[in-house]
Amino acid sequence: MEQLMEYSLLATFFLYLIAGVTFVAAMTGKGTEEEKEAHVVRWGRRGLIFAMIGAVLHVVFTVTRIFLSGHFPTSNMFEFTAFLCFAIVAAFIVIFSIYRTVALGAFVMPLAVIMLAYASVFPREVKPLIPALQSHWLGIHVTTAALGEGALAVGFVAGLIYLIRWADSHPNSRTAAYLEVVMAVILMVVAFVVLSFTFSGLDYHASFKHTVDEQEVVQEYSMPPIVGPSGGEAIQVQPFLGMERPLFDAPAWMEGEKAANKLNTVLWSVFSGLVLYGLLRLILRKRIYESMVPMVKNMDMELMDEISYRAIAIGYPVFTLGALIFAMIWAHEAWGRFWGWDPKEVWALITWLFYSAYLHLRLSRGWHGLKSSWMAVGGFVIIMLNLIAINLVLAGLHSYA
Amino acid sequence: MKNTKCGCGHNNPVGTILCEYCGKPLQEEENTDRPLEMRYEGKARRSQTQKRTVLDRVWNFFSSVKVAIYLIVITLLASILGTVFPQEGQIPSGRPDVYYAQEYGFWGDLYYQLGLSDMYSSWWYISLLAMIGISLVICSLDRVVPLYQALRRQKVTKNTAFITRQRASRTLQVSEEEKDPLLDRLAESLSKKRYNIRREGDSILAEKGRFSRWGPYINHIGLIIFLLGTLMRLIPGWHLDEAVYVREGETKKLPELNYYVKNEKAIAELYDEKENRQQASKDQPIVKKYETQVVLYEKDPETDQLERVESGPILVNEPLKYKDLLLYQADFQPNQTEAIRLSVKDKETDEKLGSFWIDLYDPEMNYEVKDGVEVQIMDYFPDFVMDGNRPTTKSEVPNRPAFIFKVTSPEEEKAEKSWMIAGTDLDDLHRDNRYKMELEKLKTVNMSGLMVRIDKSLPIIFLGLGIFMVGLSIGLFWYHRRVWIRWKEGTLYLGAHTNKNWFGLRRELEQATAAADLPFSFSPEKR
Repeated sequence: MEQLMEYSLLATFFLYLIAGVTFVAAMTGKGTEEEKEAHVVRWGRRGLIFAMIGAVLHVVFTVTRIFLSGHFPTSNMFEFTAFLCFAIVAAFIVIFSIYRTVALGAFVMPLAVIMLAYASVFPREVKPLIPALQSHWLGIHVTTAALGEGALAVGFVAGLIYLIRWADSHPNSRTAAYLEVVMAVILMVVAFVVLSFTFSGLDYHASFKHTVDEQEVVQEYSMPPIVGPSGGEAIQVQPFLGMERPLFDAPAWMEGEKAANKLNTVLWSVFSGLVLYGLLRLILRKRIYESMVPMVKNMDMELMDEISYRAIAIGYPVFTLGALIFAMIWAHEAWGRFWGWDPKEVWALITWLFYSAYLHLRLSRGWHGLKSSWMAVGGFVIIMLNLIAINLVLAGLHSYA
Repeated sequence: MKNTKCGCGHNNPVGTILCEYCGKPLQEEENTDRPLEMRYEGKARRSQTQKRTVLDRVWNFFSSVKVAIYLIVITLLASILGTVFPQEGQIPSGRPDVYYAQEYGFWGDLYYQLGLSDMYSSWWYISLLAMIGISLVICSLDRVVPLYQALRRQKVTKNTAFITRQRASRTLQVSEEEKDPLLDRLAESLSKKRYNIRREGDSILAEKGRFSRWGPYINHIGLIIFLLGTLMRLIPGWHLDEAVYVREGETKKLPELNYYVKNEKAIAELYDEKENRQQASKDQPIVKKYETQVVLYEKDPETDQLERVESGPILVNEPLKYKDLLLYQADFQPNQTEAIRLSVKDKETDEKLGSFWIDLYDPEMNYEVKDGVEVQIMDYFPDFVMDGNRPTTKSEVPNRPAFIFKVTSPEEEKAEKSWMIAGTDLDDLHRDNRYKMELEKLKTVNMSGLMVRIDKSLPIIFLGLGIFMVGLSIGLFWYHRRVWIRWKEGTLYLGAHTNKNWFGLRRELEQATAAADLPFSFSPEKR
């Protein structure tokens, strides 16, 4: 049973990867217009089949995990992020069945791969539920919210494709510059995933002790220390490329329990992301988004704008239902108040307000195309902030990971 | 005053964009073929026609979607501020004025001084939400009335400029003889696509899904009900948010209510090793459940008797419900010392004289030990702390009980005074005393923290949210599609509009026209 779970997750990962590669291959066919069109259709169908098999295996993984643990697997960062990945793929399959846009797959599936890899960075073991999570709302509230976010993520990808197309014809615009920044940030997330796996593969460890509120605490590092805890003392540091001690100490106000460790991880991700970006620029000899232009050149921009809007129009009610209304019902049952201004609640509200502004701007103020696409990107950035930053940095009732 | 009389002879109110009667564009230069602005059917809204009194000004301010969006964005940005540091309700301290400065330094103190540490209940944040509420009402009213009128009084025959300037439109030369059978076929194929067909001479209006236009207004009504529901919590007696700590065996009055709760038993259960397969390697046990078995009593106002009204277990996620009252498991404090047993020893004879229990929550003052030896409590500090040179207590909970005893004996002329502070060795202090007091036993019980809640506005709040979801689904999952067809002087004009999903509309039009033997392509590039 446990092995079935592990293998189905692994197979899911590789199928999403293969689906992504297939979709990219579909968009980069050669030959005459007609040959290209036939190529897109043929390889697009194959990509969809891979994505669907992947999604089925993802369901197998989820179901076996339910059998193993006795609860719906949305109780920690690994489980939630993996489910969010599934939601993105599911939303893509729905949108694809309406619009048959192969190019969308060439971007959504790599996003799903990054998401699943990011999920796997977190502890994967099955843990029993703490009392606060023992409720059928765990499955209902979290999955509905994730499914909504999945559709919003597809809206983001369609917006991104629109922006790539737009920047292609306006290479000196601010949009082109900011689009490149978005690419660099995505690479930082990729770098984080790669680093986490590399250092856990190398079995890297370092630990420091320092005092917080007059109590001595030990911080475990899983990446070589660029920055150490303020006033910390090394207990044990494995040398890495000659690095035996932190290059500098964290500022004194960052005295949270794991603050220095988190700062260290962020620094590693940012630097390696930038290095990765530099390397890619050197290899490609053009901007990152420019290298994606051939994949989207034949996309109709108006259609992309509509897909982005449609995906958000589907995702917004589902997100509202899951992340706000079901959340309120559960909060009422568990905590005796339906709303408590917990950071995670506030960020769900912020996400909702942002997409409300998006809809009003689009429907009442006529924000289509470029502005609308940027807003789709901005919304996804907020969702990711919510997932990464709020869970890990701001502690609240929801930080179960 | 601007002339708003249309070429067709209809008089339109100021602010009208498209003629109410024939749909001809009124406010733009002629000879463009940009797609028309179809919002609110081009009708003039109240905010555009009335601009005189103060009420009109207020109305116009709140009726602007631009203002509404600004309000949303300001609320969004303000909400972010409130998550920088934890809010006062979430800090583990009852002294926010000290806590923020201590924990987060200068910025924390500033955060507190600016009132951001409790900003979600601040006057300005509440007014932002209230203004969004007002904006919801006025924006909706300002638009739904003209939209309703325009859609109800739609004319079938539209100005040809109105048709050709739709985002999806085609024209075709069709002779007089061909036109009637063609219009029949188009009407039939559109009817098969579930359009409502209206015909008038050489014109067709096909329409479906109009109800989806009411979606936004329905969801706004839902939001307004929700906001009113949250306001109703201010009605006295509608909202209660209190907490009680009850020890096992204790019966306590619920704050502000005529109810009493008795804690029969409070338990915490841990996962065993089999259930928690990862447990073997780690030493931190995981809690499986917290449970308090309670009995709820209501006090009869006449007889002052407690009457049992409800009983049962309270678990996390499973509150006890009685009428409007809800009791939640919120905190669990195991092994709270409830009473201590002290023994008294005569140091001269090295004989134990006896022992007695002291109830830490409600201690008696005098204890008779043996042979006339008596212990008297002179002072008691349940939660002992030194305030400068003065002993005092932090709370009424016996976290660190301290006593000053007076021991009187027929054999001693003077009474002896002795101190006892939990966890502190004071033997040196009492070296000259004859009678020695020693801690013999502790009696511990579990204590449950229960939340006491009443929220009578909940049904209204969830009703509002339900209506909101219905409106949202109607507005976003369905769409309003209209097709105008008109034959005029040898030309067939066909134009279509939808409020969303142009892709679907175009595909539908291609299928419908193909079925009428008129294969049009509606793909945008081939416009």
